[in-house]
Amino acid sequence: MRFTYLIYLLYILVLFNCKQPKEYLTKIEGKQIQITDSLAIDQDIEAFIKPYRTHIKKDLDSVLAFSAGTYTKSDGEFNTAIGNFMADAVFDEANPVFKKRTGKDIDMVILNHGGIRSIINKGNITTRTAFELMPFENSIIVVAMKGSQIDSLVNYLSKAYKAHPISKLKLSIDKNFDVIEALINGQEIDPHKTYYVATNDYLYNGGDDMTFFKPNEEVYVLDYKIRNALIDNFKKVDTISPIMDDRFIMIK
Amino acid sequence: MKRRDFIQQVSATTAVVTIGGFGLQSFSTLPKTTKITILHTNDVHSHIDAFGPDDGRNANKGGVARRAALIESIRNENPNTLLLDAGDIFQGTPYFNYYGGELEFKLMSKLKYDAATIGNHDFDNGIDGLYAQLPHAEFQFISSNYDFSNTIMDTHVKPYKTFIKEGIKIGVFGLGIELDGLVDPAMYNETKYLDPVEMAQEMTHILKTNEKCDLVICLSHLGYDYKTNPNKISDLKLAALTKDIDLIIGGHTHTFLPKPTVIKNIENKNMLVNQVGCYGINLGKIDFYFDANKDKSANGTSIIV
Repeated sequence: MRFTYLIYLLYILVLFNCKQPKEYLTKIEGKQIQITDSLAIDQDIEAFIKPYRTHIKKDLDSVLAFSAGTYTKSDGEFNTAIGNFMADAVFDEANPVFKKRTGKDIDMVILNHGGIRSIINKGNITTRTAFELMPFENSIIVVAMKGSQIDSLVNYLSKAYKAHPISKLKLSIDKNFDVIEALINGQEIDPHKTYYVATNDYLYNGGDDMTFFKPNEEVYVLDYKIRNALIDNFKKVDTISPIMDDRFIMIK
Repeated sequence: MKRRDFIQQVSATTAVVTIGGFGLQSFSTLPKTTKITILHTNDVHSHIDAFGPDDGRNANKGGVARRAALIESIRNENPNTLLLDAGDIFQGTPYFNYYGGELEFKLMSKLKYDAATIGNHDFDNGIDGLYAQLPHAEFQFISSNYDFSNTIMDTHVKPYKTFIKEGIKIGVFGLGIELDGLVDPAMYNETKYLDPVEMAQEMTHILKTNEKCDLVICLSHLGYDYKTNPNKISDLKLAALTKDIDLIIGGHTHTFLPKPTVIKNIENKNMLVNQVGCYGINLGKIDFYFDANKDKSANGTSIIV
């Protein structure tokens, strides 16, 4: 009995002495390891990914159209061939849907420069091209707004110094970024008239500081993804050859 | 007490009983250094496959299968390793568009990620889309400044988590970026954004004082630095405004740093801020060495980057 007690006592003594109550941080080493092709591949992980990859690849690599050139969003100061293509495609695909539902026409389209997520390479256009161009799930929304509010939209574009993709709006600004002329359907914007502006849900909700969509007269949710509009457009056309034009220019 | 420590102590007791004072003497001079390895990624954005050889920027870089092999070899070298991600797991390749994040979470589980925080793009299929993929995630989501209590994510995200590796207690908390203006409100619903600095102060207090952590790590999706918008909270600002954080693992800004940033906190103590770019091109590795010998730390902690 006493002997056991002694062991316990010793044990507590040893615990007290040997169990370090605290260890102290003495050194930190930090680095970054690049993941390159010189590293080994974990074959189990590779095998796990494979069926997913095969399924996607088959779907994505179907050829939809042909691109006459290589188009990037940096080719142009106020409008770009690739942006013009996207905005025009959204108009071409969304307008019939909108007209069928409401009897009205879309007056203009506005997207954002940052939303052009990839380039279009010369050669075959596949479903993959559409996914790279528009990886996000954003959908087309048509907003009914008074002409007075279109002025805010035009003002935003004039000051943004970015080639935000537009369609059916024609805009010229001077070297001080002040608006010289803004036309829809070849006519000056009437502050009292209602215009139907197609955009995507991200921008409608204030993305890229596009705060001019609210308040508005009405919102039409088309339930039509931007990417699907692009895919539908690619399927219809044989070859795309968009150009930078005079839809948005600075007159110096 | 960890089982292994207990066994060691029991056998030490036996030794003491057998050989008396001498054993006690020899035990106390045993050197003990513990190395904790923190591995981290951020903004992987569904980049599961390596970039192809024709990619203009990142040819032949990245890829989950290679990252898996690398992590495995590091773990074999040091089992006291934590693997963390600073958000934006989703969005960027068709894997996300086709499978909604299922494969990303399944692979992170296979790689044995310990925890991740939530990035703005993780809301890209809505909060319902994130929730739907949770069954595939065998790691903990941590966010201290997103209040999910009025959403479907309630109880599925912890404000912090502690890990014990070889007796060293590591506290991890998480900070997310302001969603207003960045993410469609229809996507994040009633997720409330709380002030990151205030929450960092609260978390560090809990982790240092209550939980008695030896190491405090912040998983942040705030962004590294906003030079043109100095009022916007960033990792560098957070570091300078707080105390008791040893390491901020950042994301969001896709910042490629030549090396981890050493920065002074509000108490003028050195700490680290790191971010490893994006798309799984790099793996961050921070080793923390702990020593029982107080003299070694008397001159402060040496940071080698």
